[in-house]
Amino acid sequence: MSAAVEETSMGIDNRKLGMWVFLGSEFMFFGAFITAYLLYLNTTAGGPDGEIFDIVYTSISSFVLLMSSLTMVLAHNAHVHGDMRRMRLWILATALQGLVFVGGQAYEFTKFVNEGLVPTGSPFASAFFVLTGFHGVHVTVGVILLLGLWSYSHTGKVKSDQPLKTEIIGLYWHFVDIIWVIIFVVVYLIPWG
Amino acid sequence: MATTTAPPQTKSRSLLSRPTALDGFKGYLATTDHKKIGIMYFWSVLVFFFFGGVASWVIRAQLAVAENTLVNEEIYNQAFTLHGLTMIFLVVMPLGAAFFNYLIPLQIGARDVAFPRLNAFSFWTFLFGGLFLYSSLFFQAVPNGGWFGYAPLSTQIPGNNMAFYAVGLQIVGIASLSAAVNFITTILNMRAPGMEFMRMPVFIWMSLITNFLLLFALPIIAAALFMLNGDVVFGTQFFQPATGGDPILWQHLFWLFGHPEVYIMILPAMGIVSEVMPTFSRKPLFGYTAMVFAGVAIGFIGFGVWAHHMFTSAVGPIGRVAFGMTTMFIAVPTGIKIFNWVFTMWGGKVRFTPAMLFSVGFVSMFTIGGLSGVTHAIVPHDAQQTDTYWVVAHFHYVLFGGALFGLVSGIYYWFPKVTGKLLDETLGKWHFWTWLIGFNLTFGPMHMSGLLGQPRRTAVLPAELGPDVVLYNRLSTAGVAVLTISALIFLSNLITSLRSGEASGDDPWDARTLEWMTPSPTPYVNFHEIPTVTARDEFWERKYAEAEDGVVRPVPAGASQDHGDPAPVGDTATVEGTGNANAVPDDIAVTEDVALAKVTSDDHGGNPDAAGDAEHHIHMPDPSYWPLISCVGFIPLGYGLAFASPTLIALGALWLLIGMFGWILEPVAEGDDDYDPDVVHA
Amino acid sequence: MADTATEATSDVAVENDHHEPTPREYVQIAAALAVMTAMEFSTYFIDFGLLSTPLLLVLMAIKFVMIAGFFMHLKFDTRVFRQLMLLGLGGALTLYLAATLALHEFPAGTGLG
Repeated sequence: MSAAVEETSMGIDNRKLGMWVFLGSEFMFFGAFITAYLLYLNTTAGGPDGEIFDIVYTSISSFVLLMSSLTMVLAHNAHVHGDMRRMRLWILATALQGLVFVGGQAYEFTKFVNEGLVPTGSPFASAFFVLTGFHGVHVTVGVILLLGLWSYSHTGKVKSDQPLKTEIIGLYWHFVDIIWVIIFVVVYLIPWG
Repeated sequence: MATTTAPPQTKSRSLLSRPTALDGFKGYLATTDHKKIGIMYFWSVLVFFFFGGVASWVIRAQLAVAENTLVNEEIYNQAFTLHGLTMIFLVVMPLGAAFFNYLIPLQIGARDVAFPRLNAFSFWTFLFGGLFLYSSLFFQAVPNGGWFGYAPLSTQIPGNNMAFYAVGLQIVGIASLSAAVNFITTILNMRAPGMEFMRMPVFIWMSLITNFLLLFALPIIAAALFMLNGDVVFGTQFFQPATGGDPILWQHLFWLFGHPEVYIMILPAMGIVSEVMPTFSRKPLFGYTAMVFAGVAIGFIGFGVWAHHMFTSAVGPIGRVAFGMTTMFIAVPTGIKIFNWVFTMWGGKVRFTPAMLFSVGFVSMFTIGGLSGVTHAIVPHDAQQTDTYWVVAHFHYVLFGGALFGLVSGIYYWFPKVTGKLLDETLGKWHFWTWLIGFNLTFGPMHMSGLLGQPRRTAVLPAELGPDVVLYNRLSTAGVAVLTISALIFLSNLITSLRSGEASGDDPWDARTLEWMTPSPTPYVNFHEIPTVTARDEFWERKYAEAEDGVVRPVPAGASQDHGDPAPVGDTATVEGTGNANAVPDDIAVTEDVALAKVTSDDHGGNPDAAGDAEHHIHMPDPSYWPLISCVGFIPLGYGLAFASPTLIALGALWLLIGMFGWILEPVAEGDDDYDPDVVHA
Repeated sequence: MADTATEATSDVAVENDHHEPTPREYVQIAAALAVMTAMEFSTYFIDFGLLSTPLLLVLMAIKFVMIAGFFMHLKFDTRVFRQLMLLGLGGALTLYLAATLALHEFPAGTGLG
């Protein structure tokens, strides 16, 4: 129920509170997969290990995702000021960058499979693919939400004085970006040896 | 009794319009009313409890005789796995959810939860998950790896049994997680004016803590179940020793969830007992602040004890010391609560209604279970006790003697609130005593047989354990027969009281909290006017106050709702009829725009058809089919994940996505197109 | 559009985002994030020896805090949101660190399986 915010106990919108509560739980979800990955860093069953990563490639796609957080926040800012044209532009830019990221991952995964790293090959492989795969699923869901937001801002379902809707999707998007900030360092960059 | 009618149409209706009918079967399918949802949880639980009980009959029949050949090992493994899964995930947890649903908005003075459609979604998801799990019967693939699913055994059992386990639990997990988001938001953000945190009923506190536990524990098991699903069905290597997989990873992830899980099961019952005991002792709860902080402590420490389930696994000596200590620590706040319940009764005017009997039963049986639990904290003891029936005795004392006794107490206590009728008191007492005797007869002897070495999860009772062990098992089996009779007594009480139970009145127990201020059965809008809270036990404060001479007297009818000024000395006004500050005055009307229950003139003299006075416009959440429609997507998704069918998985995911968009897009019945300007950029 | 919560009910005063960053400031923050990412990336080419891992973790943490604080608005919003995030994050860090330590006591493949 979106009751008027003044009537709530904490003076905040239920939906925003709900999103933050949900995001708190997502740390636990990704943490489990990161733990499994850290356990299996060297458990490669004779197959490829972290040497297979293409750091340059991944850095580029990480940068794209990072910048998508900027366009997201610019979209929200535009919405707050009632500028729906700009909002739509930035939302589309965000979604596009998300698609580039996911597309990049799909390509990366295909390359790895061709080079002998398959999800069923070893604990390391399973942990890697499932961790980054679930992150990719989260990005995809985010892209769908963004495209929905973009489209409904046309139809009037999302109005110019309702920036909260953009803000809440933004919170989800930034969270997904933060998880990648962690994964990028923990999985790809840290020289675990 | 409130009736409902469809509102006059304010815009043309089409297939995609928001439903407005609230009656009958469709009313339940499309409901977003927390009370109806709570009732649906309740009846589902009764059905699952029956099936969980049938599984226990199989177990006890097999163990009634040494070297029995009644069922083979495969059937036995399925029986104890399904028994555990059912009782934990399809009985105790959803029964707690039933209480959360019905009571949380009422006890905090709200009209519904924060996200009513999400609430409905939680219920339907739970139901679909439970049905999915049980559909394994039709595939002859009932989960058989224990409720704890230890890998790699669980990943290597031939067949899809553990795929049903992984996917079924995943689905019910989603139900509980979405409910947790809902209830946390509701409790934090939708309390009535004046209801500060330290004025909330203890049940609300325990519910808040439980839902935080759910919020943080469920994602862990969700991740673990995806890994298990991967290994069982898709060939991943998370737990396969041949490629270097670590079985202990499963154990850590499972118990990181599994231990908070048991506190998730017990805290709601503790909350219920904390409401029942003060009412039937006519005394406030002893040590409210300590109760709250003890509950919070249990929540936090509960996340720190998980490896006590792994003392005999490869966790190392440091791990054992650490977790042994934390396990001992958690006994402290638990003990505080026990003492406080006892002190609540001490010096009070105690009435032993069935609700009170079950609460007293809770305190005593849970204490016994807690004592055997403390023995597990001592690592060398645990090394002897683990995998024996001593453990089975322990957890049944805390879960059955504890959680179930407490939840049943709640059923007796709030039945009048839900139905406006009383459960028969004589049958209730018969239920209690047979339940208590049957329970102790079943699980008491297990302490002894466990210490004498009877192993858990073993289909055949070895004769070499000796005739005493065989005797104890026979007693346990006899106990189950008594429990079955007891359950039938309860069922018959439930049904006859629903049909022709004595009218309870609004406040049959002379209770203390907000939900009793409103009529029984609860009106659709919960409160005709949201009360302003000025104290803990607000309702009690309005009914009674301490006069100058220090004597507590009832406050006369019509006394200030906000201050509950004490009656002058010598006033003999009674509380009869005063309690309900929510009786509908004639001038409060309810709008026609939105489908609402209309209060008939029979019970409250309200004027149901008056055109809405804008100031008293009560906006209730509209019903919706989309939660149910969305949940249908779990069917292809679930079977796709269990049978490795990408097509079904894609179909299910697509269905859920469409459901989500239908949900987001559906208009409000009033036709204002969900217009909701953000007044505050919060 | 600024507003405050009613006195009787609010446990936490609503902090209005009178410091809401301007688009220009957002770009500056993004530029800082990009620079830090470049620094992280550089560890692939430059061997910082024992400093590599701490450096990467620190950079990661700073990026986390900046995204959460500015983009997700935690710096300006009511502290409830920050508390919820810290509860989840803190819980995850503590629990999974403990589990990782316990798991590494007996590494996989040491023949205990």
